[in-house]
Amino acid sequence: MKIATRSLEILGAWMLALIWVLPLLYAVWTAFHAPAYATHFDLTAPLTLQNFVNAWEAAPFARYFLNTTILVSLILVVQFVLCTPAAFAFARMNFPGRDVVFGLVLLQLMIMPDVLLVGNYRSMAQLGLVDSILAIALPYLGSAFGIFLLRQIFRSVPQELDDAARLEGSSLLGRLWRVYVPLARPTYIAYGLVSISYHWNNFLWPLVITNSVSTRPLTVGLAVFASTDQGIDWSIITASTLMTSAPLLVAFLLFQRQFVQSFMRAGIR
Amino acid sequence: MLKRETWQAWALILPAVILLVAFTHWPAITTVLDSLYTTPKGSRPPRFVGLDNYAALWDDPVFWTALRNNAVYAFATIPASVVLALLMALAVNTALPGRPLVRMAYFTPTMLPMIAVANIWLFFFTPDYGLFDRILAVFGGGRHNWLGDAATALPSMIAVAVWKEAGFFMIFYLAALQAMPPDLQEASNLEGASRWYFFRRVTLPLLMPTTLFVLVNAVINAFRLVDHVVVMTHGGPNNATTLLLYYIYEMGFRFWDTAMAATLTVVLLALLGTLAWLQFGVLGKRVHYR
Repeated sequence: MKIATRSLEILGAWMLALIWVLPLLYAVWTAFHAPAYATHFDLTAPLTLQNFVNAWEAAPFARYFLNTTILVSLILVVQFVLCTPAAFAFARMNFPGRDVVFGLVLLQLMIMPDVLLVGNYRSMAQLGLVDSILAIALPYLGSAFGIFLLRQIFRSVPQELDDAARLEGSSLLGRLWRVYVPLARPTYIAYGLVSISYHWNNFLWPLVITNSVSTRPLTVGLAVFASTDQGIDWSIITASTLMTSAPLLVAFLLFQRQFVQSFMRAGIR
Repeated sequence: MLKRETWQAWALILPAVILLVAFTHWPAITTVLDSLYTTPKGSRPPRFVGLDNYAALWDDPVFWTALRNNAVYAFATIPASVVLALLMALAVNTALPGRPLVRMAYFTPTMLPMIAVANIWLFFFTPDYGLFDRILAVFGGGRHNWLGDAATALPSMIAVAVWKEAGFFMIFYLAALQAMPPDLQEASNLEGASRWYFFRRVTLPLLMPTTLFVLVNAVINAFRLVDHVVVMTHGGPNNATTLLLYYIYEMGFRFWDTAMAATLTVVLLALLGTLAWLQFGVLGKRVHYR
């Protein structure tokens, strides 16, 4: 009886897993086979890379890759540089207005820039930044999530380490850099992975704020490509879909352990 | 004179806080102001109209449809993705054969851009030769236009959203499950407690903070996640899949009626604010933090 229940559970878990990867499996199948096999499954069907070649030539994907890479790195670097000192001040310093300002910061966790399309578009128009990579990045640079996450980890750093560094004559920034940042490394990794995957995949705001090839990130490029040019050629669409997701997917497969573990560490405290 | 620590602290937080306020709080304020004016057209400047835009919204049937759709979308995706996430976490927290593979399978949708997987799902939903119609055909079902039929379009969007989110939430449950002291399970085994009893009386209460965290995220996503609507249905057929944020996008950037888009945004902000208050005020009190 117990074994039967257990087998059923295992079967259920596996069925669910199968359903969950099915779209990806299908995309891989279609992308590597001739269009004739898109709806026709035959294990002996010849493999081909032609769909990727066609997709790559049909739209400026190289440029889109470059745009997304610039966008994601810009956001990541600036977020790290800005959130670190802010998180440190919120975690370890006493100053008037701290709790009020921290409350204002946390508000962004609920009201994310994603829903403020209209207001942010207006600001970008006034700044003359519409259709620029900077405009895609700007609303996400001051990140409440990053400040919150780093503050939590900074608070768990033993005060004695801080005091010891202070006695050795370390300045404020010196202590932050030599004591706090190294101890928070797992959190930085976790936050970095979350930030990269979020902005690699982000769509609506970039769709609104960009309108040319030289600024569009991959997601918007893919949407424009799949909706106008291709009609219904599933082979090319899945090939371009895989291309768009590949870097993240490969990175995830390579660093899966680290990803999941650092996520857990950063999760919730 | 200011204390040294005070100005040092402000210097540390100011760059991040200025950017944050400039692109979160400031646009929220301008949006509220914009909702009280008409949309500027050509050389005609915006004119103050008080609450006229809100009255117009009240009379707009599409707004009510979007609101109702979003309610259905939220009430379906939130419980479904949270419960599935918990089940997934419980499954991969046991000695399951092929555990890394299963865990990876659950998590892959999180890594894929919604916009990219929407294309694949689009194919699954295609009448006749899409996956769903083929499965139905095996059981003698006929052709079904999943995304073209108002009755099945929104459920299809919900299915895609649940599929996308469950694995992400699973990670947080998994983290919490692995942080649980194993002696609890041992003690319960010694006492001869059933698995269900242990789950209900020990695991579930200990998971409450995680559940709150996951719920907050699920609620936000129920109003934020509209990428697949843009690609798969454009809010159609006949607004059957129009969600609030999608309607804002349509109003603001396809019809270019910024005043109405701003008014809609204010409604969405008020909704999110109320939900945040409910979650932290009511649920938060019942959660035991460490």
